[in-house]
Amino acid sequence: MTQFLQYTISGLSTGSIYALVALGLALIYRSTRILHFAHGDITTAGTFFAFALLGLNLHYWLAFILALLFGAVLAMIFYFCVLVPAQRREATQLGQIILTVGLGLILQGLISYFGGTEPQSFPFPLSDTKLYRFGDIVISELSLGTFGIGLLACVLFYLLVQKTRIGLAMRATSENLPAAQTMGIPTRGILALSWGLAALLGVLAGLFLAPTLLLDPFFMLEPFLKGFAAAILGGLNSLPGAIVGGLILGVSESLAGGFISIAFKNTFAFLIIILVLLVRPEGLLGEEFKERV
Amino acid sequence: MDLIETYKEELQLIRKPWTRVWVGAFVLALLLLPWYAPEHITYVFTIIFIYTIGVQGQNLLIGYTGQISFGQAGFLAIGAFTFGHLSRIGIPWPISLICAGLAAGLFGLVVGFPSLRLKGPYLAIATLGFGVAVYQVFVNSEVLSGGRMGLIIQKLSPLFGLSRITFNYYFNFLIALVFTLISYNIISSYMGRAFIAIRDNDIAAEVIGVNLTRYKLLSFAVSSFYTGVQGGLYGLFLGYLEPNMFTFMEAITLFVAVIIGGLASIEGSIMGAAFVILVPQVFSAYREMVPVVYGVTIIIVLIFEPFGLYGRWFKMRLYFRNWPFR
Repeated sequence: MTQFLQYTISGLSTGSIYALVALGLALIYRSTRILHFAHGDITTAGTFFAFALLGLNLHYWLAFILALLFGAVLAMIFYFCVLVPAQRREATQLGQIILTVGLGLILQGLISYFGGTEPQSFPFPLSDTKLYRFGDIVISELSLGTFGIGLLACVLFYLLVQKTRIGLAMRATSENLPAAQTMGIPTRGILALSWGLAALLGVLAGLFLAPTLLLDPFFMLEPFLKGFAAAILGGLNSLPGAIVGGLILGVSESLAGGFISIAFKNTFAFLIIILVLLVRPEGLLGEEFKERV
Repeated sequence: MDLIETYKEELQLIRKPWTRVWVGAFVLALLLLPWYAPEHITYVFTIIFIYTIGVQGQNLLIGYTGQISFGQAGFLAIGAFTFGHLSRIGIPWPISLICAGLAAGLFGLVVGFPSLRLKGPYLAIATLGFGVAVYQVFVNSEVLSGGRMGLIIQKLSPLFGLSRITFNYYFNFLIALVFTLISYNIISSYMGRAFIAIRDNDIAAEVIGVNLTRYKLLSFAVSSFYTGVQGGLYGLFLGYLEPNMFTFMEAITLFVAVIIGGLASIEGSIMGAAFVILVPQVFSAYREMVPVVYGVTIIIVLIFEPFGLYGRWFKMRLYFRNWPFR
């Protein structure tokens, strides 16, 4: 039982990271119907930016905030400079997805060039080895912080989407683009904001992930794919679904790693994707999508 | 453009005598290449031929049938390791190669099943999940991947007194040529037209009598057969296999080749394969910049030339044919 709780707790911590990544992916998919394949690379770019700033002896929080902004600006630049012209030329949905693949490749190359491919350890204010004990359960300061930040970000994001005027505009834009335009909502700005917010959430996940893994240009690939799995599990066009999916995926992965086999822990997520897509393609909380000829 | 009067004419691969001359000259130039080009060039061209097969398979799936797949690296790995294990227990290469294709094709059928229910982005993720899962199975299983040293494959010994590089060149050239001819024939047959109908509108295709289940699955199977053969040839060419040759990047490379070469064109697939092999060669001093070149080219191609290199080539040809007029 203790073991079970222990695995659940550590699963919740990784799950909150997946939830942050999934939230970004779902946000973008919901508003633009694009699968954002460069999400992981934007995240990596933001984390490397923070790493470079920390190298200049900047304070932690300042560096982290700048990195979050850097990621957001990067995503917005991509939206305005690549996606908008492509949409003007009537790019197909598939074409737009491929554009994000292109962006991912570019970022990946630039990060390897400027950041180096050697794995580096990422300095962080919360320590990985300082442990807290609750009864028999041990939790490190870092995973506690990760879970806390994940929860906080999800709550803030929820408030933003549900309780503010900007959130209302975002929901309207994702619901029906032409109608939102006729109501006078600056949809292009709102969509750019969605891209920026998604990147911001991603970079946040990356910052909290980097101290547990070593920092190299490909460190986000696996968490990014898992974030995808989480988003699918919860339903690609549902924001609460992304959070729920992330937590479920984190916990079940940790349990599977603990009780079944540690070697196939990572394969688990992809089996989940395929199974969910076969049985219930719209995910746990997503709406059914209909199709007309 | 041209007036086609009979069905036989429609099935012809080459309709004009001059095209025949150009294609003949091109094939002849490739045939004589080892005799005038330096060894390094011959080597690079051999890799291009191997890739051509997989890129054509991928193009049949993405370009012609309109089903997106990011799982090609998985099929590549399955084909390569099937070939490796079979050739290690002493089965001759033609049989192993066909078995490699068939094994990959079988898995292609399995992956094809989600395609009956899923579309666009969802299918992309399902196939991506498959590719990564296969990679991880091979990484974690020493029995399949041949352990830490990788799987050593006996290379072919050169025949007819040719040097090893020249022999490999001809060997892969002939196989690539055969597969190119097969792809041309697939496209101009009922199967290819069914693929195209599914791409343009699958419900409409079903209404006019295309068996959707059969042809979607067939498209996956054919595409992964090609990719599996590519994997087998690649293993035979390099002489060893390890799981790290089949990462997600490999799937992306095949994908990039299709997009840059041009969707729905065999010539484009060949150009795309040449592109993704030549770029790392040209930029060998700046290894990190290779993905940047790929990415920038993808973005430029998709925004300005949606039909890729083949589209540009086609427009150029059209311009010169109609020259004084536009």
